[in-house]
Amino acid sequence: MSFLEVRNVSMRFGGLMAVSDASFDVAEGSITGLIGPNGAGKTTLFAIVSGFQKPTSGQVVWRGAEITARPPHLLAAEGLSRTFQIVQPFAGLSVRENIAVGAFLRHKRRADAIALAEQVAEQVGLTAELDKPAAALTVSGRKRVELGKALATQPKLLLLDEVLAGLNPSEVRDIVPVVRAIRDSGVTVLMIEHVMQAVMNLCESVHVLAQGRIIASGTPAEVVATPAVVEAYLGHGAASRLSGGTHA
Amino acid sequence: MTAKDVWPILLFGAVAALLPVFVTAGTLMNFAIFTLILCLAAQGWNILGGFGGQYSFGHAAFFGTGAYVTAVLQVRYGVNPYVTFLAGIALAALVGWLIGFLSFRSGLRGSYFALVTLAFAEVFRVLSNAVEFTGGAAGLLIPLDQRAANFQFESRGWFYLVVLALVVLALLMTRALERSRLGAQLVAVRENEEAARAVGVDALRVKLSAITLSAAMTGAAGGLYAQYFLYLDSTIAYGAWISVEALLAPIIGGAGTVFGPVIGAVILHTLAEATRMMVGRIPGIDLVIYGILLILVVRFPPRHFASFLWRQFRSYDPDLQIVFILRIRRRRSAQRERR
Ligand SMILES: Nc1ncnc2c1ncn2[C@@H]1O[C@H](COP(=O)(O)OP(=O)(O)OP(=O)(O)O)[C@@H](O)[C@H]1O
Ligand SMILES: [Mg+2]
Repeated sequence: MSFLEVRNVSMRFGGLMAVSDASFDVAEGSITGLIGPNGAGKTTLFAIVSGFQKPTSGQVVWRGAEITARPPHLLAAEGLSRTFQIVQPFAGLSVRENIAVGAFLRHKRRADAIALAEQVAEQVGLTAELDKPAAALTVSGRKRVELGKALATQPKLLLLDEVLAGLNPSEVRDIVPVVRAIRDSGVTVLMIEHVMQAVMNLCESVHVLAQGRIIASGTPAEVVATPAVVEAYLGHGAASRLSGGTHA
Repeated sequence: MTAKDVWPILLFGAVAALLPVFVTAGTLMNFAIFTLILCLAAQGWNILGGFGGQYSFGHAAFFGTGAYVTAVLQVRYGVNPYVTFLAGIALAALVGWLIGFLSFRSGLRGSYFALVTLAFAEVFRVLSNAVEFTGGAAGLLIPLDQRAANFQFESRGWFYLVVLALVVLALLMTRALERSRLGAQLVAVRENEEAARAVGVDALRVKLSAITLSAAMTGAAGGLYAQYFLYLDSTIAYGAWISVEALLAPIIGGAGTVFGPVIGAVILHTLAEATRMMVGRIPGIDLVIYGILLILVVRFPPRHFASFLWRQFRSYDPDLQIVFILRIRRRRSAQRERR
């Protein structure tokens, strides 16, 4: 039994099949990548898994139980937490209060929630900004808040939607070990990521989504060597042109 | 809650409790009691609108329910006014829950929610004007019977203290809410409902709790109003005036802060009363004042205004004011350049 199973999930928006018949697994304790070109349907899949959208068809099974379209707050309480690609801070609140909202999920007393929030802030490297309003942070700071809020709910499965996008290489280098440490603390991570350096570095296994379909699954090295994946990113015929190029 | 959370409220209560010692003039006591009742109504609005970001234009629905239940049960059925007062709070809370259930469950937000609350208040107003047991268009008079056991007092001072005690209680409850998990989740829903749901906040439950508590407080204000003025009709109980005052006071004083509604209610009524004294009783002059205040507050958001006042108060320095104005100018021209 897999930790998370996405079974034949489809999502239709009017005439557009954003996700069509996608199936994949996530192993417990892994960092699994979900990659694919822009508009492939990755974020839509996250919205379905986290209960924000109801799929047109298909199921999501988590730890043996079907959770399709269960409301997000219940899923969060059961230990499934997500971040948003377009960061969603509580803009008027301080960093401490932002993370504390997540921490309140498992702590009724304010003092406990604040203590956990400060601990999480340290984990994601925000200790120096605890008192700043979330709206005043840099891109990298906001991504960290997004991560901190989700982490403060003490999840078992964490869905990260492009937490590295928009960061410069040195900021990426700073956050990669943070993600690894989260996994090492026992949290299973499923991450959408375009930064291939990080995917190669972090993920044990990767699923590739293109035009709503899963076109390849495997280790990062296997997947980038798959012709279908190269074509999905670079266009039809690219794989043969590339291999032709190396022959010449 | 820590001592630091509580002492400003108790200090406010203690200082305000001294008023009847110094003031004996009837008109001034009337003014003070009326202002305190509005503080309570406004604190109710503040819990839902200020902390929860759900702007209601129809808090009259709760005020009127509290008022009518308090009055009707004692006049028609001879129930003790203390009991009818509590029943009024309970029924107002129920009405709040019901309106919340109907509108939040169908996902109404922002101006749609505001309009629905306004519609409910108007329906209540029309109904209470039409039916018999509320006294209809003629209104309802609570017979004068000045005994403490009857929730009527011979001296205004006593009534003032009772209302003040309830305002202090409401302030303490609001502070407790602010420090609680529910309060944090309510603010989170205000700031970003999607993000709140993602971190496990049951947005519907949180908003329902808020509107119920909010309605109970504003309902209590209605009950006190009935018990003090001993007369009600539909335009008093369910009229738009109270919806407007309940939302203006917190917005002017600082929505989503514990003392905002008190500061706002005092500012509003002092200004309204002062203009009345200066220009005489021109009908609607208080509304003109409110309108001007509202425009000012929207133009210069109260958060800035309040923190500006606070800074002035802490270290009064005439230069600061100039710095402040310059800073606003600079920010504006920076904004203009960006466009
Ligand atoms: N609510 C919606 N209504 C209509 N179309 C939608 C909706 N959400 C997503 N789409 C469309 O579905 C497709 C997949 O979008 P999605 O955001 O899932 O892609 P993505 O793989 O996350 O892309 P990116 O890498 O750019 O983030 C896109 O064509 C998008 O325009
Ligand atoms: Mg996306």
